Amino acid sequence: MSTQIAEVVWVNGPVIRARGSQHVGMLEVVEVGDEHLIAEVIGLERDTLTIQVYEETSGLRPGAPVFSTGYPLSVELGPGLLQSIFDGIQRPLPVLELRSGAYIGRGIKTTPLYRKQEWDFTPRAQVGDHVQGGTLLGTVPETALIEHRVMAPPDMDGILTWIAPEGKYTIVDPIARLQTQHGEQDIAMLRRWPVRRPRPYQRRLPPTEMLVTGQRALDTFFPMVKGGTAAIPGGFGAGKTITQHQVAKWSDADVVIYVGCGERGNEMTEVLQEFPELTDPRSGRSLMERTILIANTSNMPVAAREASIYTGVTLAEYYRDMGYHVAIMADSTSRWAEALREISGRLEEMPAEEGYPAYLAARLAEFYERAGRMVTLSGATGSVSIIGAVSPPGGDFSEPVTQHTKRFIRCFWALDKSLASARHFPAINWLDSYSEYVDEVVDWWKARGYADWHSLRTQAMDILQRESRLQQIVKLVGPDALPDDQRLILETARLLREGILQQSALDSVDASATIEKQIRMLRAILHFHDRAARIIAKGCPIILIHSLPVVNTLVRMKTSIANENASEIDAVITGLDAQMDQLEREYA
Amino acid sequence: METTGNYGGQEILGAARVEGPIVVVEGMRGVGYDEVVEIIDARGRARRGRVLEVGEEAAVVEVFAGTTGLSIDDTHVRFQGHPMQIPVSPEMLGRTFDGLGIPIDGGPMPLAERWADVNGQPINPTARIYPRDIIQTGISALDGMNALVMGQKLPIFSGSGLPHNQLAAQIVRQASIPSTGKEQQQFAVVFAAMGIKHDVADFFRESFAGSGALLHVTMFLNLADDPPIERLITPRAALTLAEYLAFEKNLHVLVVLTDMTNYCEALRQISNIRGEVPSRKGYPGYLYSDLASIYERTGRIKGSAGSITQLPILTMPNDDITHPVPDLTGYITEGQTVLSRELFQQDVYPPIAVLPSLSRLMKDGIGEGRTRADHAHLSAQLYAAYAHVQDVRSLASVIGEEELTPVDQDYLKFGRAFEQSFIGQGLSENRSIEDTLNLGWRMLALLPREELTRVTEAEIDRYYRESAV
Repeated sequence: MSTQIAEVVWVNGPVIRARGSQHVGMLEVVEVGDEHLIAEVIGLERDTLTIQVYEETSGLRPGAPVFSTGYPLSVELGPGLLQSIFDGIQRPLPVLELRSGAYIGRGIKTTPLYRKQEWDFTPRAQVGDHVQGGTLLGTVPETALIEHRVMAPPDMDGILTWIAPEGKYTIVDPIARLQTQHGEQDIAMLRRWPVRRPRPYQRRLPPTEMLVTGQRALDTFFPMVKGGTAAIPGGFGAGKTITQHQVAKWSDADVVIYVGCGERGNEMTEVLQEFPELTDPRSGRSLMERTILIANTSNMPVAAREASIYTGVTLAEYYRDMGYHVAIMADSTSRWAEALREISGRLEEMPAEEGYPAYLAARLAEFYERAGRMVTLSGATGSVSIIGAVSPPGGDFSEPVTQHTKRFIRCFWALDKSLASARHFPAINWLDSYSEYVDEVVDWWKARGYADWHSLRTQAMDILQRESRLQQIVKLVGPDALPDDQRLILETARLLREGILQQSALDSVDASATIEKQIRMLRAILHFHDRAARIIAKGCPIILIHSLPVVNTLVRMKTSIANENASEIDAVITGLDAQMDQLEREYA
Repeated sequence: METTGNYGGQEILGAARVEGPIVVVEGMRGVGYDEVVEIIDARGRARRGRVLEVGEEAAVVEVFAGTTGLSIDDTHVRFQGHPMQIPVSPEMLGRTFDGLGIPIDGGPMPLAERWADVNGQPINPTARIYPRDIIQTGISALDGMNALVMGQKLPIFSGSGLPHNQLAAQIVRQASIPSTGKEQQQFAVVFAAMGIKHDVADFFRESFAGSGALLHVTMFLNLADDPPIERLITPRAALTLAEYLAFEKNLHVLVVLTDMTNYCEALRQISNIRGEVPSRKGYPGYLYSDLASIYERTGRIKGSAGSITQLPILTMPNDDITHPVPDLTGYITEGQTVLSRELFQQDVYPPIAVLPSLSRLMKDGIGEGRTRADHAHLSAQLYAAYAHVQDVRSLASVIGEEELTPVDQDYLKFGRAFEQSFIGQGLSENRSIEDTLNLGWRMLALLPREELTRVTEAEIDRYYRESAV
């Protein structure tokens, strides 16, 4: 068992001070009190330790013992992570429920991964092989979707002297033996890794591959890449969480890690109940088979909120090292920043902006820099994409967390309260949002036969921007006062807004759109614009174009044409041409 | 070990420092963080407090009833050895307590089935049941557009002078659960008052009595002239009882918390005196976590047939929705019902501003088999149309109504009818969900068919012409 190293001398919420041993390391995990509350050392001064406690400290007294564990805050890695739901310090919530019922009790010790489950291990290395960090030793079918690749730990170097034959093993059974400089060493599937230390890789690659989310406002207009960083800022009710859920459900990442950081309990329950029932469009399997959930709801201890983000990103890096594309959603990074602020306040540190500690920007940078598309130690290519929700107070984007986040992300999906009020979802403001990846994914679209994507996107953005200028005039004089060619801009922009940008998360057809459907829809609407512009130039009034039946078809094709029938949009265009031809003849 | 014993009953004579509601005590040993304290002044009168911070030499204690009359020498401080607790038992229904859970209705202290820690514990998300059963409130702006779900926390964002109390009372009176098939499901009501006026408390009491519900109501009252620091305990005491009634006694509990703005001010006061680094408007940085520890005590859990639905009321200072209290509340709760001064001035009751209002749990509670298949689309269409009405109105104010296109004139008509007949209803008018939905279609009948892009063609065929006037 762990040994006592210090005594508590001061308690203030999640922050305590203890006096005792000088042999405790910074950021080492300790256990506090007779209940053995999990905690972490965050400050050392002579014999006084400053400790943040990951559990409720109510009732903790000066004089209570502090025990050492000897390791930094770490996560367990190995088969069995997928389909799990953990709290911020990787305790499995179903196990907590078994132990303490519906309420989360204190001081519950449990292992993150179930030790007794047996996994089908297939060796992939041979005796005599030179094994280094990242060398593939064997594989385990963790779920039907994800093959778990058991690799040598990053700091290993040696010759393989034994490897377990194909068969069933638990994560603690040895599956390989290495002859290293320090003698023979057994390797099991279970690993530990400190959460605050990024896992090593060979080198970074430029992110050029799209992270397809199935959301038109994102993929077509503000694309995200595998290995990229994105932020979704928005006031309450703007739809941050639904957007995060949509990306978690429909993106083409191999593994999805969803961190509910300081958010609502019912939302995590919703994910828990909904994801197992949803099927992955590519494999037909349950979405849960590629998902890991980390839940620190807003009423769980604040220090564990700070840890939950690191726990999530470390698990993401682990699957990246196997050569997978991992997407991590952090909802919301503002709550994480507030946890930093709360701890900092209790440490009586000098605040910078709005009470946030001066190191806020540095911490945000550290976190977002753990994203990227990498060549892993094993030589495979994997990526970690980070999508962080930001909850600015009062929806005001000038506050510190949003501003600092903007410096470290490259894709900014700004949610707009007025769009949300009009139930325009996703409420992504097309004028405030941006993606720095637009130029980098042109080739990706080209390779898939959509060489016109970039020019279509530019045209559409141009129409939307001109509409916003025209709307200023409309507000003063009404739309009737505009010439018909300008009213056509309003009409096309309406089609873009209602037909493409708006996408219902609740409609089974519309929830996710393939890039084929996205681009065909965009082509159809821009084709409408071109034809209409020519006819208007010939003197046809806009009202006749507005009342063409095809206009309604264009607005409704998102829900009336399923992804697999995307080619039916050609028929819409044919119909459009026929109706336009007739008008054109009348005004020839 | 010596340090682990129970130090309950430890008594210290004399305080080291008294400042505002805070007393610093020295010379005690082994006092726990968050422990309850009894403070006895020179005349022998007792008041209660709580340990906010504890070191080896000194403990910082907040005194709920304030420190008036406490002296350095003659103050006895008695540490109780446990966090704040209240008794819980079914017989507390029908009773009235003060903000700390002491009966003030003249009756005896209730016989406790057990004592419960008022701080509660976080509910494990895996133990929750995702709330999906609609509560029919009989109010169209809620049931049709922002439906309340059993197990939801849905605050009312109001302003001074707006009829939030009437609305809350009407919801409590009319709440029923259509999915159970029973006409009137009896809810237990836990009412927590924080810093509200005596009239308001009387209004609620009479309203509950008028509906014959008083026997199912427990009131925790900390009124405007009661000690403000007590307010920090009041909602927690109320929710502790609510959790007991819902999850141990399988009752459906409605919790009304009013007014959360007063609660937050008490929290700010304490934080201020302790010299903590403030974040926005002087509120402490942990306001979000603190509010969450109240609001998150809502929902349904596995193994229990009961539920807790929260209706917190808060007045937005200066009607400002970006003020920290409504802002942080909105980030925690599952939506919000916003009251509009403009509608109120037009004599619309209830003056619910539907555009900024939201019910996050509505989407899974409505539709085929729950309310009606067209509910989601109809509500989205009403939203979109009403949002457009705002644009048309601002245009009309510039160019005049006559200059508007015929379609926009239809929108103006729709807007007026929607506010007067759909949002507006009587103080005791109880509309069924079916009535609300049909009323919504009658409103849409004022708009041309081509404008309806949020509802399906099939729904238009079925409902639009039927209800056309």
